Amino acid sequence: MSLGWLKSALLSLLFFVVLVGAWHLATLPKGERAAATDEYARLLGKGAKKSEGFPTPAQIGETIVKNLSEPFYDRGPNDKGIGIQLAHSLARVGLGYLLAIVLAVPLGFVIGMSPLVYRALDPFIQVLKPISPLAWMPIALYTIKDSSISGVFVIFICSVWPMLINTAYGVAAVRSDWLNVAKTLEVKPLRRAFQVILPAAAPTILTGMRISMGIAWLVIVAAEMLVGGTGIGYFVWNEWNNLNLANVIFAILTIGVVGMALDLAIGRLQKLVTYVE
Amino acid sequence: MAFLEIQDLKKTYPAPGGKAVTVFESVNFAIERGEFVCIIGHSGCGKTTILNVLAGLDTASDGVVVMDNREVAGPSLERGVVFQGHALMPWASVMKNIAFAVKSKWPQWNAIQVQTHCQKFIDMVGLTGAEHKKPAELSGGMKQRVGIARAFAIQPKMLLLDEPFGALDALTRGTIQDELLAIVQATRQTVFMITHDVDEAILLADRILLMSNGPRAAIAEIVENTMARGRTRHDIHHDPQYYRIRNHLVDFLINRSKQVQSGAADRVAQPPTVRPGLVAPGDAPARAAANVINLKH
Repeated sequence: MSLGWLKSALLSLLFFVVLVGAWHLATLPKGERAAATDEYARLLGKGAKKSEGFPTPAQIGETIVKNLSEPFYDRGPNDKGIGIQLAHSLARVGLGYLLAIVLAVPLGFVIGMSPLVYRALDPFIQVLKPISPLAWMPIALYTIKDSSISGVFVIFICSVWPMLINTAYGVAAVRSDWLNVAKTLEVKPLRRAFQVILPAAAPTILTGMRISMGIAWLVIVAAEMLVGGTGIGYFVWNEWNNLNLANVIFAILTIGVVGMALDLAIGRLQKLVTYVE
Repeated sequence: MAFLEIQDLKKTYPAPGGKAVTVFESVNFAIERGEFVCIIGHSGCGKTTILNVLAGLDTASDGVVVMDNREVAGPSLERGVVFQGHALMPWASVMKNIAFAVKSKWPQWNAIQVQTHCQKFIDMVGLTGAEHKKPAELSGGMKQRVGIARAFAIQPKMLLLDEPFGALDALTRGTIQDELLAIVQATRQTVFMITHDVDEAILLADRILLMSNGPRAAIAEIVENTMARGRTRHDIHHDPQYYRIRNHLVDFLINRSKQVQSGAADRVAQPPTVRPGLVAPGDAPARAAANVINLKH
C-alpha cells in the first residue's frame, strides 16, 4: 500500500519534471529575435520588458512567490492582491451556492415525493437546465442592476439544477422498505422526512452538490471576466490586458488548486453521509 | 368474535385490456389471541398481499379485516411487521434502528428509558455487544434478528412476518426459528407468518393455512397442528404426527394446490379444518374425507 503510494508519487514527480523541463526548453530566450524586438521596442519608445514572449518556468516561479508574499495588497480598482480577488470570487460562489441549496433541496424533496409535481415541473427543468448560465447574464444585469449580485445570480442558476435533480432523484429512489417501516410505525411526515428520507437520500444529494460546486467554480471565472470589477476571473482578464502572461498562468494554477480544494471539502462531507447497504 | 377476523378478502389488479385479474378472493380466516398461524402457498397466490393488507400497507379490493373489534384501515403500531429483506436503515446502528421504532411508539420517553427498553430486546435476540454496529457489519442472520427485535420492541398486539428467514442459510435459520419460538411462547405473542418452508411451519405454527394457486387463489384448507406446543427442532421428527402432517402439506403443495384452483367455482367460503396428524397411518386415502371438520364460528 505505502510502497504503491510512493511509486505513484515518484511517477507524478517525474511527469512534473518532464513537463517543466519541456516548458523550460521551449521558452529559452532566442538571441537574435530578442535583439530585434528590443530594437523595435526602442523605436516605439517602450520598455522591452513585456514583449519577452511566453514566460519561462523560472519567471512563473518568481511570479508565484511575488504574488503569494503579498496576497492582500490593494492599490486601487485595477491592482489588488490575489487573496482579495479569490475572496471576492469565493464569496460570490458561496452566496450563490447557498441560495441554490436553500431552494433546490426542499424543492427537490417535494418533487421527489410527489410524482404529480415531478411530471408538472419536469418540462421546465428540462428546458432551463441546458441553458448556459452566462446566457442569463443580460437578464440578470438588467433586472438586478448590480454586476456583483448578477455574478451571484449566475452561480445560483448554474448550481441549482444538479442539486434539484439529484435531490428529487434521491428522494424518489428511497427504498420502499424503509418507507414501509416508517408507515407501520405511524411515523409523522416531518419525522419521516428528516429521519428516513433525508439520511437515505443524503449521498445522492451530496453528489448533486459536488457536481454543482464544480460547475459553479467553472462558471465564476467566465462570469467575472464578463462583469469585471473584482474576482479571480477579472484578474485573469485584467492581466491579459496588461499582457502579463506570467500572472495569467499563476491565476490559472490558483483556480485549479482552489477548485480542487472545494471538491475535496465536499467529498469529505459526502463520505460522512454515505452508508453501506 | 376472534381476535383477528378476515372476511371475504379479495384483491384484483387491473390488467391490460381493461379486464381485472383477481389474485385471490373469498379469503376467510380467523386468528385467536396468542395463536401462531402460518400461511403456505406457491409464489403469486397473494400471501404477501394478504400480509400487507393486515399490516395496513396495502388495501384489499373487497372484504374486511377486523382486529380486536376494530377494522384495520391503514398501518398501526398495534401490528409489528418483520420484513422479508429485514428493512433496516443502513445509516443507523442496531440500537438506533430499534430506538427509531421505540420512539415512534412512546414519543414521551426520555433517552434513558428508550435505551433501556431497546437493550432488553437486543439482549432478547442475542445481539448483546453488537448494539453500535451498523447493519452492513452484521451477518444475514443477525440483521434479521434486529428486524425481529425491532418488531417485538414496540410490543404490538400482533406480529406479522413476511418470510423472515427466506434469505438465511439452513443452520442460521434453525437457530433463529428456535429463538423466535422461545420468544413467542414466553410473550404469548399473536403471530401471522408467511413461509415457503414446510418444516418451519410445522415447528412454529399452531395452525397452517394452505393457499391454492393464483390467480383466483383462496384458502383451500386449514391444517391444525395437533402436536403439543413446546415442540423443538431436535425432537419434532420423533413424533409420528410430524410425518403425517408433513406429507399432507407437501402433497398439497405438489398436487392439490392446482386442483383446488381449477375447481374454484364451487368452493366453500369457509375453508375446512383438517387434522392430518391424528390419522392412523393405515387409512391415508380416506383422510381427506374423514378429517374435514367445518369450523363454524
